[in-house]
Amino acid sequence: MAKHRGRGTVAVNYPIGMNLGGDPSQALVHSNPEGQFTVALSSIDLGQGMKSVTRQIAAETLGVPVGHVYVDTADSDTGAQCMGSFASRGTHRVGNAVIAAAKEARAVMLAAAARELEVNPTDLETDGLGNIHVKGAPQRSVTTKDAANAAQFKYGESVSGSGIFLIPMSDVDVETGEMNTVSCFAHCAMIVDLTVDDKTGEISDVQINSAYEIGRALNPKLMEQQLVGGAWMGLSHAAYETTEPAYPSRDHRPFDFSSYVMPGPGDLAQHDIAILERPAPDGPFGGKGPGEMCANPVLPAVANAVFDAVGVEIDTLPITPERILRALKEQRGA
Amino acid sequence: MSLDFRKDLFADERDDNLNVVGKPIRRQDILGHVTGTSPFFDDNKFDNLLHLKCVRSPHHHARIVSIDTAKAEAMPGVVRLLRGRDVPVNLNTLLSLLDFGLDDEPVLAETKVSYWGEPIVAVIATSEQAALDAVAAVEVRYEELPAVFDVEEALKPGAPTVNETYPGNHFVFYENTDHQRLRFGDTEARFARAAHIVEGRYQLTPIEQAPMEPNGAIAAPETNDRFACYTPTQGLFFSVGTCAKVLDVDLNRLHFIGGTVGGGFGGKVDSVCEPLAILGAMLTRQPVRYVLNRAEEMQVSAPRSAELWEIKDGIAEDGRILAREFKGWFDAGAYTRLTSYGVVKCTGHLPGPYTIPAVKSDIWCVFTNRTPATAMRGFGVLGVDFAIERQMDKGARAAGLGPMEYRLINAYRDGDMKATRRVASNTALVECIQVAAEKAGYPLAPEYKAMTSMTGASLTQIPETVTDSGRRPAGYTAIEKTEVSPGLGEAAQVQPTPAAPVARARTGGASSLPERPSYAPQPAPPQAAPPPAPEPPEPAPAKPRYSRYSSSIRRR
Repeated sequence: MAKHRGRGTVAVNYPIGMNLGGDPSQALVHSNPEGQFTVALSSIDLGQGMKSVTRQIAAETLGVPVGHVYVDTADSDTGAQCMGSFASRGTHRVGNAVIAAAKEARAVMLAAAARELEVNPTDLETDGLGNIHVKGAPQRSVTTKDAANAAQFKYGESVSGSGIFLIPMSDVDVETGEMNTVSCFAHCAMIVDLTVDDKTGEISDVQINSAYEIGRALNPKLMEQQLVGGAWMGLSHAAYETTEPAYPSRDHRPFDFSSYVMPGPGDLAQHDIAILERPAPDGPFGGKGPGEMCANPVLPAVANAVFDAVGVEIDTLPITPERILRALKEQRGA
Repeated sequence: MSLDFRKDLFADERDDNLNVVGKPIRRQDILGHVTGTSPFFDDNKFDNLLHLKCVRSPHHHARIVSIDTAKAEAMPGVVRLLRGRDVPVNLNTLLSLLDFGLDDEPVLAETKVSYWGEPIVAVIATSEQAALDAVAAVEVRYEELPAVFDVEEALKPGAPTVNETYPGNHFVFYENTDHQRLRFGDTEARFARAAHIVEGRYQLTPIEQAPMEPNGAIAAPETNDRFACYTPTQGLFFSVGTCAKVLDVDLNRLHFIGGTVGGGFGGKVDSVCEPLAILGAMLTRQPVRYVLNRAEEMQVSAPRSAELWEIKDGIAEDGRILAREFKGWFDAGAYTRLTSYGVVKCTGHLPGPYTIPAVKSDIWCVFTNRTPATAMRGFGVLGVDFAIERQMDKGARAAGLGPMEYRLINAYRDGDMKATRRVASNTALVECIQVAAEKAGYPLAPEYKAMTSMTGASLTQIPETVTDSGRRPAGYTAIEKTEVSPGLGEAAQVQPTPAAPVARARTGGASSLPERPSYAPQPAPPQAAPPPAPEPPEPAPAKPRYSRYSSSIRRR
């Protein structure tokens, strides 16, 4: 009876957006009289940071400070259609729609600035701090506030834009499964080290080393939140959770969090992450979406590590202490 | 915990000189979250708010003999009861919005129940307790039916029919086939040449999305005969479309308002609460709140489906995987919800991020007498990834290679032909493995460290493929070559699909896919072989079908 250290490795990829496409998202962007922008979406922020990441995308595209952008979500009267927040599609699909809308609004703002400065709009650039100036001559400038104001009150132009992003739906060949799945994929490789107690069947001291390739980390802190939280969920799926522990029998079903067991704060794995960024050609600033992929690798990695630790194949989830002990008994006669 | 960026990798493909993107900007909504003032749907307060609770089946499978609501209706605080006959269109399937699948699920069961907890009667009362008391007073008489819980049992002849829309207990794909196929190359021929055969059988069980905030909705009459619905849905217009269909109203009579959502993870796509809350508000002309309790959220609201997998790999002496076969069974529970979509998505993901010259897959979406399953984080991919990566571990051992080395040898790279007959691009699996190995102190030999995703494509053509019909499959013929790669950061703005679809054979065979959209980053295989045979005419649909979003989308 002893504790055994084991290592499991995994490599996965993940499709970004609804398989086969056909899932449009739309964005409306408009400026108030002082050059502060509202992005109106029907998209949903589930806590993952949809509002924040689309806000950064809008600010970058408009060329204004991020504080000059506010994102309003989740209203079917004010936001144009969006398929929804699932399938790792939010950043990619909604982000692209926001870029398209923000470009239109920016063009109106720059056209007004050009009239104010008596230059061609193509000679102008934004500094991201609230100023529009002539390329190579930063002293010839107008603020984004004054430009947006002039557009609305002097020139009668609406500083606004609309955008949609759609990948048209693919067919599927019935016989071969040929299809256009999605346009880009995120990637991950992971190594999990853990300890298995062959007397209690318990897993402990989980250490995760991972490398995620996610196109571009549009906000590194939101990225970290997703990856750490997702790995926790993956560990929970691997070793704890099920609504039907006696599957396919429906006996012993849990009805609350005292019987539906999940790892607590003390069970959080040590997780060291590396981020790789290979921009997706059609992603917003190259961004893909890490929201789902981050849970997937942990499940097989834990199973592979348990095999490495105690030499039993566990091919049924979750890998509970009971399952480990039964496998030890059956496969090793322990 | 640490997070570091490998900016040295793919640096020449990136412009890192950006103002806002890539910066750790504070969340727009963080102040509300940390001060407890972010509004959730259930924070909306109304005068005269009514509460809705459901009478639910205590059986896994039963015929409804009679429903007696007289006692419940007479109870104090009870305002109105809803039955299946009160729902204008009491049969729906979620993906009818995309014209995928047949209507198979009632909002309120009328003739039979097919899973434990299926709603039969909704009680609307002045308090939650009054509603719960009245729920307990509704008398339903059942005739219990044999139930089936095992996917393999469910597909056998003579198994009880779970879902009358699909008498064989399996979803019907493309109005044509009992399961989803993938055929790429000749697996049998390659198995015969393999040095090692590795077989595995893998079982996943249902998992709850477990959001902190359960599913629910509050519906309230607005002025001008409109109805507001406060909801935590993950897909606002998806939910609007579903409600408009089952309530038989125009979209613009519904005003959906979300807000901060207390977690979704796929469990808030099904719109299980919104239709009844709105119907209640329509019929009582008062605001109606319908929120699941934790037990309902856990055992009635749809979980991740169980999946059963069998995989067979044939491996060459040098560790290259020559062939991989899958058999998969998704346990949809009693109704389709989104499981059929998950099966197609899963098929598009096979054989995982590896280049294998022969891949065969057969996946069934099976109906059983359990809680309908739906989307969850990693939908359609998480389950098979578990199976694939267990299989990779066993394959490495059979081939006498380290697990990282075995994955590097087989990793897909730019230029590789995938089993979906599309060429891989923008790949980065090799680099991820190298970086993870480095972080964990896993020693890789120089030849493995020198590998790259950018070069070394090992399979660039579609292999000769064996199909069940023996016909030459699509893919040898016309996949149009397109120029790609919109600039970095450019949104490829694609116009909505025109109404006229490209006709193609429903039975597979010598059809060609529609032209590839210009966003596709993958180059096409060279033109080859004879032109496709003339396609048979599309059969006329028996009746008009409900499809909210696009008339061009076929019955997937």
